[in-house]
This record gives sequence, C-alpha cells and structure tokens, in this order.
Amino acid sequence: MSFKTPLNNKHIEAGAKLVDFAGWEMPLYYGSQIEEHKVVREDAGMFDVSHMNVVDVKGKEAREFMRYLFANDVDKLKTVGAALYSCMLNETGGVVDDLIVYRSSLQDFRVVVNAATHDKDMLWINEQAKKFNVKVIERTDLAMIAVQGPKAREKTANAFTKEQNAATANLKTFHGVAVGDWWIGRTGYTGEDGYEIMLPAFEAPLLWQQLLDAGVTPCGLVARDSLRLEAGLSLYGSEMDENVSPLEANLTWTVALEPQDRDFMGRKALEELKQKGLQKNIFGLVLEDKGMLRSHQKVIVPNCGEGETTSGGYSPVLGCAVALARLPLASKVGDSCFVVIRDKQLKARIIKPPFVKNGKKNNY
Amino acid sequence: MSNNIPENLKYTKTHEWARVESDGTVTLGITEHAQESLGDMVFVELPEVGKVIVAGKECGVVESVKSASDMYAPISGEVIAANEKVTATPALLNSDPQGEGWLVKVRPSNKSELDALMNAKTYGEFLASCEH
Repeated sequence: MSFKTPLNNKHIEAGAKLVDFAGWEMPLYYGSQIEEHKVVREDAGMFDVSHMNVVDVKGKEAREFMRYLFANDVDKLKTVGAALYSCMLNETGGVVDDLIVYRSSLQDFRVVVNAATHDKDMLWINEQAKKFNVKVIERTDLAMIAVQGPKAREKTANAFTKEQNAATANLKTFHGVAVGDWWIGRTGYTGEDGYEIMLPAFEAPLLWQQLLDAGVTPCGLVARDSLRLEAGLSLYGSEMDENVSPLEANLTWTVALEPQDRDFMGRKALEELKQKGLQKNIFGLVLEDKGMLRSHQKVIVPNCGEGETTSGGYSPVLGCAVALARLPLASKVGDSCFVVIRDKQLKARIIKPPFVKNGKKNNY
Repeated sequence: MSNNIPENLKYTKTHEWARVESDGTVTLGITEHAQESLGDMVFVELPEVGKVIVAGKECGVVESVKSASDMYAPISGEVIAANEKVTATPALLNSDPQGEGWLVKVRPSNKSELDALMNAKTYGEFLASCEH
C-alpha cells in the first residue's frame, strides 16, 4: 500500500525514478543525483516533502503541552512565526522523533514531524495530549514543497502572489508566516537558504509548475540525503533513535535544561545520563583514502576505542566521501581514525560538522 | 530501458559485458543497464594487474551515490590491465560504460567460458523480461 502525494503526476511527467519511502511513492531522483545536489548548492532546487506530517496543536494548554512534550523549550519562541528545532523524548531519554515546531499564533503551535515515524508519533502525541486541554489536528489536507538554494527565495518570488511576497520579503530565518491557508517557513534541511511551503494539497501542482517556470530544478530523495549530510544535519533513524539520547547525538544544543522548573518528558533520564557520564557523541568523518563511506561501518579511533558510522555518502562539494559517526567521547577533532570497509582499513579525519557551509567547504 | 546493447559484446545476467580483442585478450566492463540502475558513480575498486579472476566470482566493486555493487567476472583469467581513467574519474562509467569506461582486460584461461555468455539479442530479451 503506497500513498501518493498531490505532486505524483508532476514527478511522472518529469521522468522521476519513483520508489517507496515510508509508505509513500516518492522521487528518488529525476536525473543525475550529483547535479541535483549541486543545483541546490549553487542555484535553486525543490523537493516534494508532502509525505511529512504537519500537526497543529491548539487550545488553552497548548504551550504547557509543548513545554512538556519537547526537550527544547517553546518559551524561546517570543513572537508569532518563530520556530524551534527539537527532539521529542521517551521516558528513558531516547528520541521518539526530531521536528520543527512553529508558534503559529499567540496560543497555538504547528509541529512538523517525519513521515517514517508517522504512526508511532501520532500514538505518542495523542497519548501525552490526554493530560492537557488541547486539540491535536493532523493536517492531512496540506502538501509541502521545499525550495532550497542561494537563489531559492529570489526565484520563488516569481511564483508567489503579491500578498505572499509582501509577507515573506522580510521573513527571518527559522521563522514562518501564514498567508491565507498557506504557511511559509524560512527553514530547510539542506544547509541553504529557502522556504518550506505548506499549502492546501490541491494548490500544490500549480505552485510546482510555477516554480519550474521560474527556473527551480526538481530534486529527489538521494540529493536530499547528500545535502543534509554535507550540512551535518541528523537523520532520525540514523544519528538518533529511541535508544539514543540527544546528548549522544550531538544534539545537546537542542535540549533546554534551563529553566530548571520545566519538567519535560525524558528530563529525569537525561539528568541521570549526565550524572553517569556520557560515553559517546556524533562526530564528522572525511575520508582521506580513496573509497566510499556508508552507515554501519566500524570505526577504529587509535588510543580511544571503536565506533560506528551512522550515515555515509559522497560529498559533491568536497569531492570525497564523508560520514557522521558515533565515536567515543574522547575522540579528538583533527585526529585520524580508520574505517573498516570490506577487507581494508581506510584513513579518515575526525571533524566537527558541518562539512559544508554557505555552499562551500567549511573551515573545519 | 536502455537500447544500447552492442552486437560485438557478450553479456552476463549480472549486467557485465565481455569483448574479445584481436590479440586474444578480453576486455570486461558493466553494461549501460547497470550504470543506469546504479546512478551517479563515485568510486571504483578494480583488481590489481596479475590477479587471477574467476568466472562468476566477485572481481571488483562499483560504488554509486546510492549503493555499492559487486562486479562479477564474466570469464576467468589473469588481469593484464585495469582502467585507471575510470578509477580517477568514476563518472566515465556513467557516460561510456561500454567504451571508454571499460574496467579490466584479462588473458582468458578458458575461452569456452565465452560461449556461456549471452549475445546482444538474448541480453536484450533478458532485460525486457526484467522490466516491471
């Protein structure tokens, strides 16, 4: 059983290689995966992300609920439209999902969670919501298009109405704005500037066509993964899962332990983990020998111990393979390590992500 | 589905090709269909000169952005050359897998193994039966 997004026909028209992803028929690529990656770094590319789950949280206790449900604190969202990246934890401090939460009005919130975790997310959120005076509304009526790249906003302006342009001209990064039934966020998963546009499903094909006409290039899931990897962004299920806390996934910065009187799901477990002492963290690896990096490859860190890659791939900007890896905490940025691949041990350098910033090799 | 199936090559079910040269050596590579399925190539690992490869067994690795794939030797023999152009520029494997993107040249140890391979017509029919 495979769901189709409202843009399915557009993908077929464009000759996309369609595959099943989390129960959705999605474009893996339309042509060269490396070219799609490069167009996002140098120009403007767009992704059909309608498979992702948009959930509105409304009601008198929406704020209290959000402050309980997430490891990051929505009180940081001082203005309507402000957004936050957070993990949602279970009782043992493991990550149920990672997400972006917007303050959609003075009282309400909009949460965007992963497609692959849809079922367990909704069970979890609805279960936790029972304790609060809130309404949880899954927005299955919305499609989502992400336009990313240095020219993304400029080109999207040609597809936007006057009203949409007026609303987004001065939109700050990590903020969103409502325009009629649309929600336009200046967010993304590529490390580039751009938008994630949530709109009524029936309007998506027209916007997609207008973006095509404005010179935006369709990009598929392969490019989406190589872009986020270069940008050092975590992928749920790879860098973290229910058995990994944000503290060992290089996501400590997303956990707000202050103010201390904010009890949130998983807080106690995190504090206990900190007390016990953390053992590992996520580091970046740049392969120095010739080869390719993938997930689940063993990493030997001399004088430190062993670890494992959590994500791996080819970086078109660096021209070599890169990976994120869970290594012993004492691993030193700048040191070499060895990745076990088939019958060889290939040399890699440990770095602090991201690999790429502002479209170029980061000064790591 | 690729229509680029040259008559002068022989083919395996695992999408490798073999070409007999005038000097009796055999050139090996992967087919147009293989490169299309794998996507953008980023790394190629070939056997060293002097290595003996065995028909049907792994003899190299081809890595694309999205997956790693073993190359299986169409025939047995001693490797006399490995294509350094491809190891330096894996993208050549996408642009010309059946020409400039050849992978290894071997001195065949058992010429009759070539008879077990498919010709262009049979490989074309095989590909058509694979399509879904």
